[in-house]
Amino acid sequence: MSSTDVSKMNPTAAKPKINIANLLIEGRAFGALLVIIIFFSLMSPNYLTISNLLIMSSHVAIYGILAIGMLLVILTGGIDLSVGSVLGLAGIIAGFLMQGVTFNAFGVILYPPVWAVTLMTLAFGAFLGSITGVLVAYLRVPSFVATLGILYVARGIALLITNGLTYNNLGGNETYGNTGFDWLGFNRLFGIPVSVIILALLAAIFGIILARSAFGRWIYATGGNQRAAELSGVPVPFVHICVYALSGMLSSVAGLVLSSQLTSAGPTAGFTYEMIAIAAVVIGGASLNGGRGNVRGTMLGAFVIGFLSDGLVIIGVSAYWQTVFTGAVIVLAVLLNSLQYGGKRL
Amino acid sequence: MDTSVIPVAEPETSEIVLSARNVAKIFGSIQALKGVNFDVRSGQVTALFGENGAGKSTLMKILSGVYKPTSGTIILDGNPIEFDSSTDARNHGISIIHQELSLAPNMTVRDNIFMGREIRTMKGVDFAEEERQCRLLLTELEENIDPRTKVEDLRLGQQQIVEIARALSVNSRILIMDEPTSALSASEVEVLFKVIRDLKAKGVSIVYISHHLEEALQITDHAVVLRDGNMTAYAPREDIDLEWIVRHMVGEHFNLGSPPTGYPFGDVVLKVDEVTVADATGNQKLVDELSLDVRAGEIVCIYGLMGAGRTELLECLAGRLVARHGRVELNGRDITRTSIAERIAEGLVLVPEDRQRDGLVQTMTIGQNLSLANLRRLVRGLFTSKRLEREHVDNAIRRTTVKAGSPDHLIGSLSGGNQQKVVIGKMWSTNPKAILLDEPSRGIDIGAKAEVFRLLAEGAREGLAVLYTTSEVGECLSVAHRIIVMHKGKISAEFGSDVTKARIMAASGEAVVH
Repeated sequence: MSSTDVSKMNPTAAKPKINIANLLIEGRAFGALLVIIIFFSLMSPNYLTISNLLIMSSHVAIYGILAIGMLLVILTGGIDLSVGSVLGLAGIIAGFLMQGVTFNAFGVILYPPVWAVTLMTLAFGAFLGSITGVLVAYLRVPSFVATLGILYVARGIALLITNGLTYNNLGGNETYGNTGFDWLGFNRLFGIPVSVIILALLAAIFGIILARSAFGRWIYATGGNQRAAELSGVPVPFVHICVYALSGMLSSVAGLVLSSQLTSAGPTAGFTYEMIAIAAVVIGGASLNGGRGNVRGTMLGAFVIGFLSDGLVIIGVSAYWQTVFTGAVIVLAVLLNSLQYGGKRL
Repeated sequence: MDTSVIPVAEPETSEIVLSARNVAKIFGSIQALKGVNFDVRSGQVTALFGENGAGKSTLMKILSGVYKPTSGTIILDGNPIEFDSSTDARNHGISIIHQELSLAPNMTVRDNIFMGREIRTMKGVDFAEEERQCRLLLTELEENIDPRTKVEDLRLGQQQIVEIARALSVNSRILIMDEPTSALSASEVEVLFKVIRDLKAKGVSIVYISHHLEEALQITDHAVVLRDGNMTAYAPREDIDLEWIVRHMVGEHFNLGSPPTGYPFGDVVLKVDEVTVADATGNQKLVDELSLDVRAGEIVCIYGLMGAGRTELLECLAGRLVARHGRVELNGRDITRTSIAERIAEGLVLVPEDRQRDGLVQTMTIGQNLSLANLRRLVRGLFTSKRLEREHVDNAIRRTTVKAGSPDHLIGSLSGGNQQKVVIGKMWSTNPKAILLDEPSRGIDIGAKAEVFRLLAEGAREGLAVLYTTSEVGECLSVAHRIIVMHKGKISAEFGSDVTKARIMAASGEAVVH
């Protein structure tokens, strides 16, 4: 028997019950974050200070921005393994442009201003993403494979451009008028790091898009049931291309922020960050099958991971143990997800 | 004989091999079975009737060890027993053919039939022996399938045969068949019935569940009717007829309506001109130069067997499949090259056959499903307007009489019939000019069926062009003004609403079963 007539059920039965077990599962990411903050505050007096929280948040910003893009892709039922590499390549592109572009034919070196560098880098990220999107939407390449390919290609291009070296001088030069690149990573507005403000803005924007816009609903429908979405007139290929392009663009944002924080751009930046982004999305309660998840949860997931690993550093736990703990948290999160979605495949 | 007294199902002549006593099953807050008594008699067929949601499948899953009853006992050969799993039940000689096919499409027929009980030898699996046994089984079922064919390469009816062969291969004493004939042609059903009679002669007891009531009546020795988790009637075959079953299933007299009259048809809304659809390989024509048209206010029914090309025709009209050649016109405009979304905007919508796979987004709420096809029209500025969406959803729910606690509940909380109404409501609320419905009554109970057909009649009265398909003859003779019979991708006959069932079935290439 497939189902039962709902009209005969107690109408209150299907409403979410206020029950402790449910509350713990629903708010698990928030609960985990609280536990982490309380635990490390007890372990170290320096943990719960405004300045430390802001520093940790600026670390979280990188993962958080990547995770927003990852969430969009995962909501459609796909996965984007290329975000870490695209992040690295975006830094390299920015670094390359900051060093000045030499046109031998005219004997000039062009130093694009920082805003132009930023725009070009973002456009490049979106372009890489839309390649994946086309592969997935029209050529039916599984997203896992398509983005795995982009992962290698992007990393390879980054190494080729730099010959394996790092761009160290991203400060720009007054005489060329291209200073200000470090603003993203170092400056503060109202005492808050710019990177954190960027994260908050992006989270707000994409939160609203997902919750309120038709495009957001299309993303959920595509991930929930692509065939049904298609037959309902949802432009599924367009949705696919958009989410991968957005993910690529957000990876570029993260790449700019990271290279600005470091004032250098290395070709190996962002190595394995895709895994952290996926972890943040999963800890945030999203389903890897698509259709379930939201920005709020993903942000909590990013903070759980960031605050946990920084906390472990602060209390002096070795980096090896950090890896073990992060892994354990991820497995726990997935277990809780399968509890929440009650037996349905994740 | 009237058996409206709540029956206890006392044993008669033959011996009871398996019985359920006061079996109840509760899923969360839903009571699927409310204390049912059910007997399986040795060497006889017991048919179980009931609407969707009456508890038939739940009861069968309890008898075959898939579920454990919340309360009550199962008695096998006079002794109470508890099955740990379906494997445990199978070891006791009880096997089940599930309603949903449970085959691995990527594996061969042989591997599927012997899945989990491969014939193992020292040198690995004895494929030759497995193959030999497969051939025997398939010969018995009069189906010419090579055991080494992959299941995904078989048509649906053949897959069902494989499913049946698998159940037969374990030599069970008790065989439960849950809707075994839903994808079979009439001649295949005949073969299955012959096999069932053979099995009976060998002393195998059979429980038979089917929505095709007439068909089940041909084969059964006993009839049990379930309604809302209660057993409402029991009688031996000789005491019952179709009317008796329907009366106990739905508790009242039912008909599926008649064609709406008293208004003139409008212009031709949907015009299909020599449309051809090929299969994935491009070799076989699934729809073969088919032409038809539907006028405003007209309801046209396409009848045909599984594989006649009905689904492909509708999917092509809706824009999912590409027509190899031919033209589709809506209100005189050529829409052959347009996308699904454009066709919806133009006013041509499809309610697909498989609502789980193609109709609904399970992760979304009832309301979100209802507004999905209409989101573009609900946008104000950058975002969808909550107020407009709520109005839209409320209208759709009222219009299609969906029985839902709240539109914010998940779609899965609805019964099959109400889910179907949501799919219809979703497409209907785009204000279409023509609506295509592929088997709109599939897997929903008689009550919901009648409501769906009432909706179609209402829509036609308002000037909608309606084209629906069915594989149940009874449903052709309900609201349709015109009945088109499809056979192997072509129209083999066309009738008015005054045709008889026998003539429709003859035209579809079905042997008349009676």
